[in-house]
Amino acid sequence: MNMPLDQEKPLLQVKHLKKYYPIKKGVISRTVGYVKAVDDVSFDIYPGETMGIVGESGCGKSTTGRSLVRLEDPTAGQVLFQGKDLATVSQKEMRKLRTDLQIIFQDPYSSLNPRKRIGDLLAEPLLAHKLATKAEAEKKVNEIMEIVGLPKQYKNRYPHQFSGGQRQRIGIARALMLRPKLIICDEPVSALDVSIQAQVLNLLKDLQKSLNLTYVFIAHGLGAVKYISDRITVMYLGKVMELATTREIFEHPKHPYTEILLNAYPIPNPHERNRTQMVIEGDVPSPANPPKGCVFHTRCPFAKDICREKAPGLTGKDHLVACHFPIDEGKA
Amino acid sequence: MLQYIIRRILIAIPVLFGVTVLNFFIINLAPGNPVDMMVNPSATPEQLAATKHALGLDQPVWAQYWNWLVQLLHGNLGFSYSTREPVTQILMAHVGPTVLLMGISLIVGYLIAIPLGIICARKQNSWIDYLVTGFSFFGISIPHFFLGLGVIYVFASKLLWFPTGSMNTLGGDGSFIDTFNHLVLPVLVLATGIGGNMVRYVRSSMLDVLGKDYLRTAKAKGLSQFLITNKHALRNSLIPIITVIGIDIPLLIGGAIVTEQVFQWPGLGLLTIQSITSRDYSTLMAINLLAACTVLFANLLTDILYAVADPRIRYD
Amino acid sequence: MGMKLNPNKNVPEMTGTETSGQMVVQFEKEETYLHMVMRRFLKHRLACVGVAVFLLILLIALLAPVIAPQDPAKIFNEFEAPPSAAHWLGTDPVGRDVMSRLIFGAQVSIAVGIGAVAIYVAIGIVLGLVAGYFGGWVDMLIMRLTDVFMSFPYFMVILVLVSIIGPSLFNITLVIGLLGWPAIARLVRGSVLSIKEMDYVKAGVALGYSTPKILFQHILPNALAPILVNATFGVASAIIMEASLSFLGMGVRPPAASWGNMLTQAESITVLSSQPWLWIPPGLMILLAVLSVNFIGDGLRDAIESQNAK
Repeated sequence: MNMPLDQEKPLLQVKHLKKYYPIKKGVISRTVGYVKAVDDVSFDIYPGETMGIVGESGCGKSTTGRSLVRLEDPTAGQVLFQGKDLATVSQKEMRKLRTDLQIIFQDPYSSLNPRKRIGDLLAEPLLAHKLATKAEAEKKVNEIMEIVGLPKQYKNRYPHQFSGGQRQRIGIARALMLRPKLIICDEPVSALDVSIQAQVLNLLKDLQKSLNLTYVFIAHGLGAVKYISDRITVMYLGKVMELATTREIFEHPKHPYTEILLNAYPIPNPHERNRTQMVIEGDVPSPANPPKGCVFHTRCPFAKDICREKAPGLTGKDHLVACHFPIDEGKA
Repeated sequence: MLQYIIRRILIAIPVLFGVTVLNFFIINLAPGNPVDMMVNPSATPEQLAATKHALGLDQPVWAQYWNWLVQLLHGNLGFSYSTREPVTQILMAHVGPTVLLMGISLIVGYLIAIPLGIICARKQNSWIDYLVTGFSFFGISIPHFFLGLGVIYVFASKLLWFPTGSMNTLGGDGSFIDTFNHLVLPVLVLATGIGGNMVRYVRSSMLDVLGKDYLRTAKAKGLSQFLITNKHALRNSLIPIITVIGIDIPLLIGGAIVTEQVFQWPGLGLLTIQSITSRDYSTLMAINLLAACTVLFANLLTDILYAVADPRIRYD
Repeated sequence: MGMKLNPNKNVPEMTGTETSGQMVVQFEKEETYLHMVMRRFLKHRLACVGVAVFLLILLIALLAPVIAPQDPAKIFNEFEAPPSAAHWLGTDPVGRDVMSRLIFGAQVSIAVGIGAVAIYVAIGIVLGLVAGYFGGWVDMLIMRLTDVFMSFPYFMVILVLVSIIGPSLFNITLVIGLLGWPAIARLVRGSVLSIKEMDYVKAGVALGYSTPKILFQHILPNALAPILVNATFGVASAIIMEASLSFLGMGVRPPAASWGNMLTQAESITVLSSQPWLWIPPGLMILLAVLSVNFIGDGLRDAIESQNAK
């Protein structure tokens, strides 16, 4: 595992990222409020690492992921890729930067244009950026199909002729065509059968090693994330709850929410199953009307008065946590 | 709901404004100058200029538009270039026959088409379905003027059942029976087109609803076919048809122009053709505006009716 | 969505692929979307008849100078002559050969039908794509403009415009073309609104494709099916429109031959009642042409919609 080194320069920096969606109502579409999909999120991503982002649906993890490749324009804050703010670079420069930043989508059924043959779909990025001639592109398509484990004679097929797992391989292959530095994997295995999930995860891991890729890996459960991530960010209602190395998160979780997510993750070793189970109650509050104070207090078993009043900041050096009463060593 | 209706009306206002601009613009494309047609050919250039000035035609186009709009808001549509009568007066004289013709055609067309559409859906792929579908294709494909000439040939010229045209017998008593006799053939022509369209909508809408789960439930409950068709399916399948009325109005106006010409029916359609022939652009502009407002209003009304009729629809 | 098992011809044979270990359905013949629509279309019997009739009319139009027995504008000594060996459908009141005029009239109908629709489909696609993709005030503006254009009764405004700029084949094609786009624009906008949320469009953005490339290569091909259906019905309506305008004297004018203007003579009651050969053949030709195109449109709609329903 590539551990992040302090002296290393981050590949991508997220600084106080906010994405609010206006809620419109009434005859003249007055803005009556905002859905705070992402609310003040900051983290750094170092070359070669995999940053996992975990949270329930609606916590803003996908919006964060899409903001990193500027599929969403942030309401406030910055996304710096190699020091350049993606929101302020020119259109032309952004198009160039996009060759370094790629994304793999959750739903392999909607991420491939149904009217294009796989070969054309894969060659298109190279041709659009004029990085290769037609012949060169074809050669590279053959190469990439072999890398992701698809027979190259499938080139002339249309997406509907493939299974979900194969489509996801095509999606990965397409993201790789431009030889990007960073790939956002937006729940790339959630839509797949369990048996296929492991294959795709292994493929992503192998590719990372051989092509020296950096990943942001988004998932709603800790299972896949544990397997692939070096560090993990836990999000809840648009905010970061906890950020630490995978080992720290799993062995010494400090945020009650992380603890609860860990409990939802089945323990493979039956001898460890006797540890106290914390179960989450209630639903996620609406991001249009988040609770005052700590956003998690409505569902937190340890919530005290201060939690209802004041939002905790994200504190710590290597193991960051946003909680007034982080879980102590040994208590868990 | 109320909010949707208010919003829908608010949207219609700029559209109405756009309609007046476009209408004015189209008529202003007309070559030649109305003044040339109004003053006698031997007028001196000074006289021409004076008339132009009196009519405001020496002003820039936007100012002319503004004057026209202000007059319009006062209910003044100007004077006919050819007969010099007030356009409002000419229009009023021709509205009645057109409304009569279009209204009756619409009613007749729907009264025939809706039951036929339901029967077709109930007996999908039967001989009657094929027959009616075939007729509906005929109805939407035959040009009004050809059908009009055809029915005149058969029913007026050969069988002598009905008069060939006009609204009343010349020098006749102008009685209701007389008008009715003159109405039959043009209504037949217009209703064929409307009905042909409507049958297809009713049929597919009904088929759509008949396949829904709640109708299978009704069937499973043992409700009679009559009750299923008429109470459960009909209501739900007729709601989308409301929008068809909005689509039918402009088609009907187009059809009415041709049909009135064929039958010499003294309505707005015939007036349109006459105004085109005599290059009476002020009348033409007024008819065009009236027609556009009718369509705009019909669309507004059908949208609102649709919202009222279907409680499932939410607008935000 | 996903793989479509086709119960009819292509019995899927199941084979495992070693590379992924997944089961893959492999078709004997790999059926593309186009093949699928074609197969469904060919099952629609009336639509096939429609294609045959339309192709025949197209052929008549293309070969008119070769197959017409006479010059359509040539005036013979005998006028209002009944059908004879020399003039199969007689001559018109001016003394022109009706059969030849009928054959040349096909050119007008085909030209207006296809020309006008091509113009307005192009305009409608561009406006619909722009409105749907960019949204915001651009969308608002285009949609209100669409409302304005849709408020004018189509035929009426075409009639008025043609009368102003002068009736001719070119002008009516242009006017129908310039006024017909709103329905297409609305249709395209609706499709774009749903397609632009698809991940493959987002992928295109992430891959740094230019906006025109995304609009025309990724969104448009997926929005094409309903446009095609609408355009087909549009051809039928444009043919009627031209015939009606020519009938009213506001379209193609004699001596040029159009099926519509051939019927103008039948407004005289003597022609109508005693010389049916003058007006029934062109009327039937219009009906036939429009009917064939409408059948094609119906077949296309069935083929495309049943595809989408699965």
